[in-house]
Amino acid sequence: MSSPAALSLRRIYAMVLRHLYLFRKSWVRVIEMAYWPTMQMVLWGFIAQFLATNSSWVAQVPGLLVSALLLWEVLFRGQLGVALSFFEELYARNLGHLFVSPLRPLELVASMIAVSFFRTAIGVGTAIVLALVLYHYSIFDLGVPLVTFFANLLVCGWAVGLMVAALVMRYGLAAENFAWGAIFVAAPISGIYYPISVLPDWLQAVAWCLPTSHVFEGMRAVLLERTFLWREFWTAVGLNALYMIAGIALFLGAFNGARRRGMLLQIGE
Amino acid sequence: MTPAIEVRDLVKRFDAVEAVRGISFTVARGSTCALLGGNGAGKTTTLSMLLGVLLPSSGSISVLGEDIARHRYRVLGRMNFTSPYVDLPKKLTVEENLRMFARLYGVRDMKRRIAVLAAELDLADILKRAYGALSAGMRTRVSVAKALLNEPELLLLDEPTASLDPDVGDRVRTQLMDYQKRTGATLLLASHNMPEVERMCDTVLMLRAGRIVDAGAPAELIARYGRSTMEEVFLDVARRPERTIERGPDEIRLERE
Repeated sequence: MSSPAALSLRRIYAMVLRHLYLFRKSWVRVIEMAYWPTMQMVLWGFIAQFLATNSSWVAQVPGLLVSALLLWEVLFRGQLGVALSFFEELYARNLGHLFVSPLRPLELVASMIAVSFFRTAIGVGTAIVLALVLYHYSIFDLGVPLVTFFANLLVCGWAVGLMVAALVMRYGLAAENFAWGAIFVAAPISGIYYPISVLPDWLQAVAWCLPTSHVFEGMRAVLLERTFLWREFWTAVGLNALYMIAGIALFLGAFNGARRRGMLLQIGE
Repeated sequence: MTPAIEVRDLVKRFDAVEAVRGISFTVARGSTCALLGGNGAGKTTTLSMLLGVLLPSSGSISVLGEDIARHRYRVLGRMNFTSPYVDLPKKLTVEENLRMFARLYGVRDMKRRIAVLAAELDLADILKRAYGALSAGMRTRVSVAKALLNEPELLLLDEPTASLDPDVGDRVRTQLMDYQKRTGATLLLASHNMPEVERMCDTVLMLRAGRIVDAGAPAELIARYGRSTMEEVFLDVARRPERTIERGPDEIRLERE
């Protein structure tokens, strides 16, 4: 008889195999493993590169990094708010009841956006108060332009949140980790903590396709030069309109796909 | 008056698997009809298509006189559904759940309607409890209450008394039958509970491997198969060579394969 403490390689391998089976079937799980180290390395690499030559410039403007951080939170919380509202229905296995009721998919989208607004207000509101207490910095010093930054970042967050919800409707809860990380794809190229000009030329071209890059450039212009860049504002608005249309279209496409595959009564199990 | 449900040549394929194979049937208004069949017979797939949450590969479905493929939202407010396999939000209380769905269905005088259902389904004591903290039997009763909130003209029930003890199961059945008697609603249920089918249903559609293999009133089927219960009929149908029935609005034609 083997001792209770004896380890069985066979059993350990069986348990490893259980996860390998999952990885083999789920590309989202594999991507997620490489995702965070890559994002952190890229983001902090650019920050380090920028600060090495421009640290005095940053130091001259109090609140530059705190403003950037708070505005980033608006984007992140906005996206998370939409995605998590949808996940709540999946965790509860309630989608079936919802979609046999007169609730339209677009009404569900609208409700997710409304919930996201409240979640963001609570999350970012707390951070704003903390910034005031800890660093004596009020983001409201940005003045009226702050409203435009908030609005643009929220809409962008909602669009990405809808894309994540669509992904989860298509691939199931295996893709839920994208809710926590999808937006960070944009972090290194949004110019949150450094200007877009720090990026290599080819990456700048990609960065300007994101509404976030225009918002953070606008933020720096207000803080450093006391100028509101209307061009950046309208470009962000235009891009957000496109992202929002894409987000809604993907969500509705995933909904129709789930109807074809019979997933609406089962998803979440 | 149009039938409550009219299904024509309904087919559902999942890749290579044909889950529903060209079934046609009608359900008259005010009647109770059962979809009976073993696992994988196509009962839930058919119910899902009737609800519009699953798109058919081909065929047509008319519910309460509306084409479900084109005008689903015209009828969803006039029908409802319950299944032990689809949950309600667990962290909300029973009352919060019922209020949420009452709003989704546009129920007037929500408070009164919830109070009536709570009394009828013996939910008054658990209204303030979280749905997730309830026993399976209690959850089923809450789910039935949710399904009756909007006083539906058509009620689709997927195993409505699964996991209920005989006493509570009997009360739920009585409640559903009373509801139908009072409102003239149409009930379509998928069930494995043969005594339930015998007691509640006017007609039974027997499904096997995605096809309707027989149909009729429970007493008619029992007599036709020379048996004494629906359970014996069910076993006969499950084990005998396949028979197909094509049922039009005015005709029933039996064919032996």
